[in-house]
Amino acid sequence: MFWSHVWTVFTKELRDSLRDRRAVISMFVVPTLVMPLLLLTAGAVMAKIVKKAQDEASPVVVVGGADSPELLAALRADARMRVVEPQGDFRRMIADNRVRAAAEIPEGFAAALAAGEPTSVTLHHNEGDMKSGFGLRDLERFFREYRDRTVAARLEARGLPAALVRPFEIHRSNAAPEKKAGNLLGGIVPYVIILLCFTGAMYPAIDLTAGEKERGTMETLLCSPVDRTALVFGKFLTVLSASLATMACTLVSMVACILVGGTVMLAGPEGAAAAGEGAKLSLDLLGAAGVFVMVLPIAVLFAAVLLAVALCAKTTKEAQTYVSPLVFVIVLPAMIGMLPGVELNTKLALVPVLNLTLACKELLTGVWHWPYLALIFGSTALYAAAALAGAVALFKRESVLFRT
Amino acid sequence: MIEARELTKVFRDRKRGEIRAVDGLSLRAEPGRIYGLLGANGAGKTTALRLLATLLRPTSGMATVGGCDVVAAPEQVRAQVGFLAASTALYGRLTARETIAYFGRLHGLDTPQVAARIAHLADELELHEFLDRRCDKLSTGMKQRTSIARTLVHDPAVMIFDEPTLGLDVMAARAIVRFVRGCRERGKTVIYSTHVMAEAEKLCDVIGIIHNGRLVAEGSLEMLRARFGERDLEDVFVKAVGGEAERGER
Repeated sequence: MFWSHVWTVFTKELRDSLRDRRAVISMFVVPTLVMPLLLLTAGAVMAKIVKKAQDEASPVVVVGGADSPELLAALRADARMRVVEPQGDFRRMIADNRVRAAAEIPEGFAAALAAGEPTSVTLHHNEGDMKSGFGLRDLERFFREYRDRTVAARLEARGLPAALVRPFEIHRSNAAPEKKAGNLLGGIVPYVIILLCFTGAMYPAIDLTAGEKERGTMETLLCSPVDRTALVFGKFLTVLSASLATMACTLVSMVACILVGGTVMLAGPEGAAAAGEGAKLSLDLLGAAGVFVMVLPIAVLFAAVLLAVALCAKTTKEAQTYVSPLVFVIVLPAMIGMLPGVELNTKLALVPVLNLTLACKELLTGVWHWPYLALIFGSTALYAAAALAGAVALFKRESVLFRT
Repeated sequence: MIEARELTKVFRDRKRGEIRAVDGLSLRAEPGRIYGLLGANGAGKTTALRLLATLLRPTSGMATVGGCDVVAAPEQVRAQVGFLAASTALYGRLTARETIAYFGRLHGLDTPQVAARIAHLADELELHEFLDRRCDKLSTGMKQRTSIARTLVHDPAVMIFDEPTLGLDVMAARAIVRFVRGCRERGKTVIYSTHVMAEAEKLCDVIGIIHNGRLVAEGSLEMLRARFGERDLEDVFVKAVGGEAERGER
C-alpha cells in the first residue's frame, strides 16, 4: 500500500507540474533552448572579438632608439605592428588603451650591438588587458627574431656555423588533442549541469510544499489516510524527476552543441591554440553517460534539500527567499572545480558538488578513476539519504506544516 | 461516533509563550446527529477539529473516531473521516474528475471503484457539466460541490466541517447546509463548526459553545435557551462565554 500511495502522489504531482507553464519552462525550455543558445552565442561573440583583436596590427609605441635607425626601420616595417608616435607619457597611453604595448630602447642600443656589448630592451604592457597581451606577444616575437638575426650575422662574420648556438631544434606535438578539448569543456559542462539540475528542482520543490500551503491544498492532502512518509516520497520523486529531466535535457543539448557547433564554443584563445595544433573537437560519449550516472545522487540531494527547505516556508515568496541563496552555495564549489590545477583527491572527493565537478571533468576526457568515482557516488548518496530523512522528519512536524 | 475526553492542545510561541488552544475538551458526537461547535474566531474550533481529524496531535487527553484512537491509529481515523473546511482547497490544474479520483486512490479505492464513486457523486451533486473542467476554471459553487465530492469519495462514516460556508455567497452556503443535512439523514456522524448563530440554530442537534479552548456550555438549542434564560442564540452565546466585556479583554 505504501508504494501504491507513493505512486499515486507521484503521478498526480507530475501531471500537475507538467500542466504548469513555469515548471515546463524551467524543466525543458531553459536547458534545451536557452542555455545552449546562450553558450553558443557567447562563444561565437567571444571568438569574433578575439579573432578581430588577433588579426589587427598591434598599435605600439617606441620610446627612445633615435640613435638606432635600423631597428626603428625594422619595427616600422613589421606587418603585425603599427608604430604610433608617442604623445606624452607612454604608460598613460597603454593604460588608456591608445596603444597595446611599448618598447623602451636604451640610448646607444645599436652601438652596443655593433660593439658586441650587452644591452637590453624593456617591453611595457598592461597585464589585465587581452589586447595589450597581443601587443606584447608581437613585440616579443619581433625582438626575438631581431636577436636571432644579430646572432646569425655575428656567427657568419666569424665564419662559424649557425648550429653553434642552436645545436638542436625543439618541436612541439600535442599528443592528446581530444583530451584538451574535453578538459576545457569538462569544466563548463558539469558546472552548467549542476546549476540546471538545481534550478530545475527549485520550482517544483517550492510549488509542492510552500505552494500547497499557500493554496490551501496541503490541509486537503493531509486529511487523506496516507502515511506522511509516502506523501514526502511521492513529492520527492516528482522534484527528482524534474531535476533529472532538466539535467538530461541539458546533457543532450550540450553534447549536441559540442559535437555540432563545438568549434564555435572552443574558439577562445585556448580553443584557437588547440585548433592550431590540429585538435579535433570531440567528447567522450561514454564519459557523458558517466556524468549522467554521477549526477544522480546529487540530484537526489538537491531534491531532498530543496523540498525540506521550501517546506519550512509558509508562502512561495518566503520559500524563494530561503532557496535562492542556496544557488550560491552550489555555484561556488562548482566554480572552484572549474579552476585549472584543482585535481581530484580523497578529501575533495568527499566535498559535495565540488567532487562531482572534478569527476565530470575527468569523465568527459575519458579518464575513469574508479575508487574516486565510488567514493563520490557513495558519499553523495549518503548525504542525499540524510537530506531525505530530514525532509520526512520535517513533514511530520506540526510546527512546520501548520506554521502560522 | 466521535468521543473526546479532556482533549488538550498546547502551542508554544516564542513571543506569546504557552497557548492552550484547546483546553480539556470533552464531547460526544453520535451517528445521525449534527454536533455544532459554536465559537468566536480564535476560540479553538479549528484546532479541536484538526485534532479529531488527526491533522494535529493532542498534547494530552484522548479522542476516538469510529472506535479508533486519534494518536494510536491516525491513518485509520482519517480513512473514516471526510474533512471539509473553508481552508481546504482544490488543485487548480487538475480537473474535477481527476481531483475526486486522486483522493479516491489515496483512500485505497481501485480504478473501477473510483469510476463508480465518481459516477454516483456526479449524479448526486450534479457535477456532470464540469467534471472534466480544470478546478481553477470553476465557479465558487462548482468548486464547493467538487470539494464535497472529494470528501465523500470514500463514503466516510464521519463528517467534519470547519466553517465550510466561510466566504461563500448565499446560494453556495445554502447548498452546503443542504448537504450537511443530507449527511445526517444518511446516518453519518457530523461535527460542524461555525461562528454563525443562524447556521447553528438551523442545523445542529447538539451545540457545544467553545471559548478560550474550553467547552463552556453544551446541549440542544432548547436546553441552552432554558439554561441561560435567553431566546436568541446570540444572547445565549454571549452569556455562555461570560459576556461581551470578557471577550473584549482577550
